[in-house]
Amino acid sequence: MKILVCISHVPDTTSKINFTDGDSKFDTNGVNFVINPNDEFGLTRAMWFKEKQGASVDVVNVGGAETEPTLRKALAIGADNAIRVDTPATDGFQVAKQLAKVAKDGGYDLVIAGRESIDYNGGMVPGMLAAILDANFVNNCISLEIDGDKAKAIREIDGGKETLTASLPLVIGGQKGLVEESDLKIPNMRGIMQARKKPLNVVAAEEVSVQTEAVKFEKPAPKGDVKLIDPENLDELIDLLHNEAKAI
Amino acid sequence: MSVLVYTETEDGKFKKAAFEVASYAKEVAGGDEVVAVSFNATDTSELGNYGVSKVLNIQNDKLSKFNAEAYADALTQAVKKEGSKIVVVSQSANSRYLAPLLAVHLNAGYASNVMAAPESTDPFTVKRSAFTNKAFNFTKITTDVKIVGLSQNAFGLKENQGDATVEDFSPELKEGDFTVNVESVDKAKDKVTIADAEVVVSGGRGLKGPENWGMIEEMADILGAATACSKPVSDMGWRPHSEHVGQTGKPVASNLYIAVGISGAIQHLAGINAAKTKVVINNDPEAPFFKAADYGVVGDAFEIVPKLNEKLKEFKAKNA
Repeated sequence: MKILVCISHVPDTTSKINFTDGDSKFDTNGVNFVINPNDEFGLTRAMWFKEKQGASVDVVNVGGAETEPTLRKALAIGADNAIRVDTPATDGFQVAKQLAKVAKDGGYDLVIAGRESIDYNGGMVPGMLAAILDANFVNNCISLEIDGDKAKAIREIDGGKETLTASLPLVIGGQKGLVEESDLKIPNMRGIMQARKKPLNVVAAEEVSVQTEAVKFEKPAPKGDVKLIDPENLDELIDLLHNEAKAI
Repeated sequence: MSVLVYTETEDGKFKKAAFEVASYAKEVAGGDEVVAVSFNATDTSELGNYGVSKVLNIQNDKLSKFNAEAYADALTQAVKKEGSKIVVVSQSANSRYLAPLLAVHLNAGYASNVMAAPESTDPFTVKRSAFTNKAFNFTKITTDVKIVGLSQNAFGLKENQGDATVEDFSPELKEGDFTVNVESVDKAKDKVTIADAEVVVSGGRGLKGPENWGMIEEMADILGAATACSKPVSDMGWRPHSEHVGQTGKPVASNLYIAVGISGAIQHLAGINAAKTKVVINNDPEAPFFKAADYGVVGDAFEIVPKLNEKLKEFKAKNA
């Protein structure tokens, strides 16, 4: 089984978010970039398939040279090859188109992407990629088993879970639950050394017209001070929630 | 030009999100028509109260369970039939599943997590949340057909009384629409979900163990709320992953979020930024959550929560 894992290069979850150029660009100054957490769950599940079922695992990213340390980390975790499509990621459709070309050219049976990246939160790349490839698709995937060319997946729905079956080729929008957080792999020294020798192929991007443009950014208005309520006077809290906040 | 909305149903009844997307579509449409597509609804008459003028009523047993590909195919045909230029969907798990498929079928730009009515309709620009609610992003959609994914509770319900005409609609479904098969659905009945909830009551490590969640559940019962938790709590297995709120968990956009024993890590606060009113109960006055909250009580949750529950019960009884 050939697996492709799509890796987004995102600010780590503790990053302070700021903008530059008249609030039109994300300020990368002092920001530490990591593998998108939703993709990391998918990558770890792919490594499980590699170890238990003899799959090969490639990773792919759409972005400039600055994303290569993130791809190298994925190689250090155990991916066999990395591919970088050499173009900035501009919108979900453009990214999905680039990924679709890589997926098609490589003849992958299973493509795993995170349900969304934690920066732009578009949540559209896995589904668009599946639609462009005309492949089966399961979103919000929290469990995945493969037997031959048959897949059994569980996805999270609002208020519960749903079990689905589909044939490969399949695209997954994965998330926490696909593997336990405690099973996430941290690259060890041997993996880091090996990753240096593994192929990281840079491929040219296709011409794709974008469908959306991020025009500008804005931060939420600063909050006023918290109103502290005496624990002996909880009636005040209820009164404020009812009359001031109109929340109950 | 019409605006088309996907109106979600559960057991034949419209979800609140269906009325919210209709309310939004009415505002975007101005004087133009709002067309709703409903799947196996038992009664479509309510849609007229939220600005819908025409309902494409699908009754088809093959669509009794949600199926992203088949639903996206049906919606694609509806959009083409009506010549709609804007499509509005909610941000439920199902809508997030089908919207990217629909976008590719229609060659439409899709903006998700939209927080408000468009900033401008020409160019079509919407405000959406990004960086897990740590910022907003104004996105221009440049395609002819546009898809808006409206965040729950972001726009609210607006009544626009009117009568909707109902037209039976039978999309042509292909075998290829059913290659992903739903084998079973496991859903907690009568439990409010985080996505739909007006109020969310959440617990953190300060509750010391899963055996202490009774008082959180009691508060949720009184307020008709969903229960949630912080990341360490789901990691330790005290509560299911599906209740984890935060950057790698669920976002919350409820009207009220009550956090008990949660100190407020940056990833957790990002997940609840979109909640309108935040209350924190914590014994550490230095907890970062106090900087993000509207109302706070410093003290022992094991004393405060039971007392608060009693008072909430009295309040509810008086205001029933």
